[in-house]
Amino acid sequence: MKRKHKRLTFVFIAMLLLGAATVLMLSAFEENIVFFYSPTDIKEKKLADGKRIRLGGLVEEGSVKKAEGAVVNFRVTDLTTALPVTYKGILPDLFREGQGVITEGKLQGGVFKADEVLAKHDETYMPPEIAEALKKSGQWQGKEK
Amino acid sequence: MTAEIGHFALILALLVAVMQATVPLIGAQTGRQAWMAMARPAAVTQFGLLAISFGCLTQLYITSDFSVLNVVMNSHTDKPLLYKVAGVWGNHEGSLLLWVLILSLFGSAVAVFGANLPPGLRARALSVQAMIAVGFYLFMLLTSNPFERVFPVPINGRDLNPLLQDPGLAIHPPMLYLGYVGFSMAFSFAIAALIEGRVDAAWARWVRPWTLAAWCFLTGGIGLGSWWAYYELGWGGWWFWDPVENASFMPWLAGTALLHSSTVVEKRDTLKGWTILLAIIAFSMSLLGTFLVRSGVLTSVHAFATDPARGVFILGLLIVVIGGSLALFAWRGPALVSTGLFKPVSREGALLFNNLVLSTAAAAVLLGTLYPLLLDAIGGGKVSVGPPFFNTVFIPLMIPMIIAMAIGPILSWKRADLMAAINKLWLAFLAALVAMAAAWVLRSEGPLLGIVGIGLAAWLGVATLIELTGRIRMFSAPFGESLRRLRGMPRAAWGMTLGHLGLAIAIAGMTGAGAWKVESIQSMKPGESVNVAGYDFTFVGVKSGQGPNYSLVEASFRITQGGKPVVALNAEKRVYNVSKRPTSEAGIHTMFTGDLYAVIGDKDDSGGYVTRLYFNPLVVWMWAGVLMMMFGGTLSLTDRRHRVGAPKKHQGVAQAAGA
Repeated sequence: MKRKHKRLTFVFIAMLLLGAATVLMLSAFEENIVFFYSPTDIKEKKLADGKRIRLGGLVEEGSVKKAEGAVVNFRVTDLTTALPVTYKGILPDLFREGQGVITEGKLQGGVFKADEVLAKHDETYMPPEIAEALKKSGQWQGKEK
Repeated sequence: MTAEIGHFALILALLVAVMQATVPLIGAQTGRQAWMAMARPAAVTQFGLLAISFGCLTQLYITSDFSVLNVVMNSHTDKPLLYKVAGVWGNHEGSLLLWVLILSLFGSAVAVFGANLPPGLRARALSVQAMIAVGFYLFMLLTSNPFERVFPVPINGRDLNPLLQDPGLAIHPPMLYLGYVGFSMAFSFAIAALIEGRVDAAWARWVRPWTLAAWCFLTGGIGLGSWWAYYELGWGGWWFWDPVENASFMPWLAGTALLHSSTVVEKRDTLKGWTILLAIIAFSMSLLGTFLVRSGVLTSVHAFATDPARGVFILGLLIVVIGGSLALFAWRGPALVSTGLFKPVSREGALLFNNLVLSTAAAAVLLGTLYPLLLDAIGGGKVSVGPPFFNTVFIPLMIPMIIAMAIGPILSWKRADLMAAINKLWLAFLAALVAMAAAWVLRSEGPLLGIVGIGLAAWLGVATLIELTGRIRMFSAPFGESLRRLRGMPRAAWGMTLGHLGLAIAIAGMTGAGAWKVESIQSMKPGESVNVAGYDFTFVGVKSGQGPNYSLVEASFRITQGGKPVVALNAEKRVYNVSKRPTSEAGIHTMFTGDLYAVIGDKDDSGGYVTRLYFNPLVVWMWAGVLMMMFGGTLSLTDRRHRVGAPKKHQGVAQAAGA
């Protein structure tokens, strides 16, 4: 085998790998990308039930209710619209009323069933998505970026 | 006063670095010996200045000097001493100071131990090292000065984020940084080699141990971070494909590829351009990692509050370093001529295949991590790319690599007989089938991928042992002869064996914990019992207590299996006095077959407590595997060929290394 052929073999393998990776990625992107919405977005776009999304905003003051069997109900608000959320499990340590939160799950008859509530290491941190959602709804009180 | 000394030392270090970045490089280009000689003392001076600066900040933390903003924000007089010291790098400014301290440590190591390096290469590499340093010094002095004073002086500090007050996390950042910054060595030498237009075995022999050391630290740092997430975050998971985790994983993938390709350069004088490119990529990924963690551009479960001005500066630095080095590579790369020829089926071929897969995997992780940013930049909406994406892309890419990993070490250099190699591995194939059958019988309800994972682990593990027995002629020579060969085996060979074996064990652990985790979430009242994977968890009750700087609620569980007591577990919920922030401490009992894991949540309205109970099969195998990989790497570092000065054809100054 000549030097040129040898190199071609590896170029071929590299193309094959990249091709496989691209196919894998495209199909994975199709199924596994999760879009972020604020409560107002969900109301305006009349999102269908059953699609996996992320919902972010502030935990509405006074809305956290602990129900039977480790279920927690609360409302996520962008200060114009609020959406009820239900979650089963232990809330992250930094989950608090009035603070930013991101939840992941599905809409079910006007209630957001979350199976994941994201924790932050740092309580002064505001996820960029939430900051933007608050800016859009005109309720942003932090400093302008 | 201490703060001013620290600040001043940092400014002096910047000036020294500017000199070191220019004078030796010009000297090397124009052949002025005296100019080139300036690099070594400058590198040592930089390290001295940084040590002073870092020492000052540590002193400020230990004495709780609250006239310094950084100390106020991250410390408190009641904090245990370990966390006062760890607080130095538990924040943005301090961690950057640690970053540059380590960078200067590596730079001075080249100066001190590099007596037998060609003077031109040494001068150029140290100049490149100093250029990186200049960027980071400017970044610190302009946007993130750790020595900034505050007035009026507060009475006490705001305390370190409680999640970070943990022994594992106290040493996690230094280890990770030793890994990240360690790749700067390979990078500097790669750039120096591009400027010189020459890469040879001596170059590879010098770069390889540093890459290996960086790789060991990075492996340990990632392992520690993952372990910390496992026991401290209380989610029962150990890897979340979070941007911050990916940020450390991408340089690891690229660094692993570099580790393997530099062997080829050293032994076979080929794949030179590729190795140089990998060195650039590995360090670029490290810089990108620093950027992702410190800029806050991505929503991460680990995200820390950040300042956009810093992000812009690091992004600029990133563009200059990556863009500049790739442009240099495009210009000078073709000048690097490889002499060693090889056939596709050969040890070189297998290593190149491993490199291609690792690079593809790193690219996939990179794309997945940055995709939300890219999509948002073109107005495509806010998205998140989570574990399902990475699992679907990453795992299938790894399968052919693990299969090839078993075969590669058995192939000979230059050209090899693939069928003969595969014939040698019949036992590994059999072991894989047996392991898969066993997994099928024990856990038929789990995902198919779990069974494949166990099969791959067995295949790789047994194949690695077959390679070892072949090397020492275990069954073809008298036993005494084999024993003698075993003892005489070079440590680098041991490193390979242990590294691959460690990965096989870690794969088994990851598969077990990933595929067959059993989780149960419920509200429990004292006295109630829940069965998780055959273990009965009985919630005994809670009691309150006090820690050094927190109050706690401790829940105890009694665990029995078929009526027989197994263990008692305590899970804590802590509330830190200063910040009023809560953290969870999981109760974990580690067994060979898996971990029992309990977390306690809040009291609910019915008087019960929310509990989260897990059985995580084989999870300890993962940490054991990671430790074995690190140990293998360390052993390989002590190989004779790294200690004895590399003989050089060109200079004729083959003297033993100064140390």
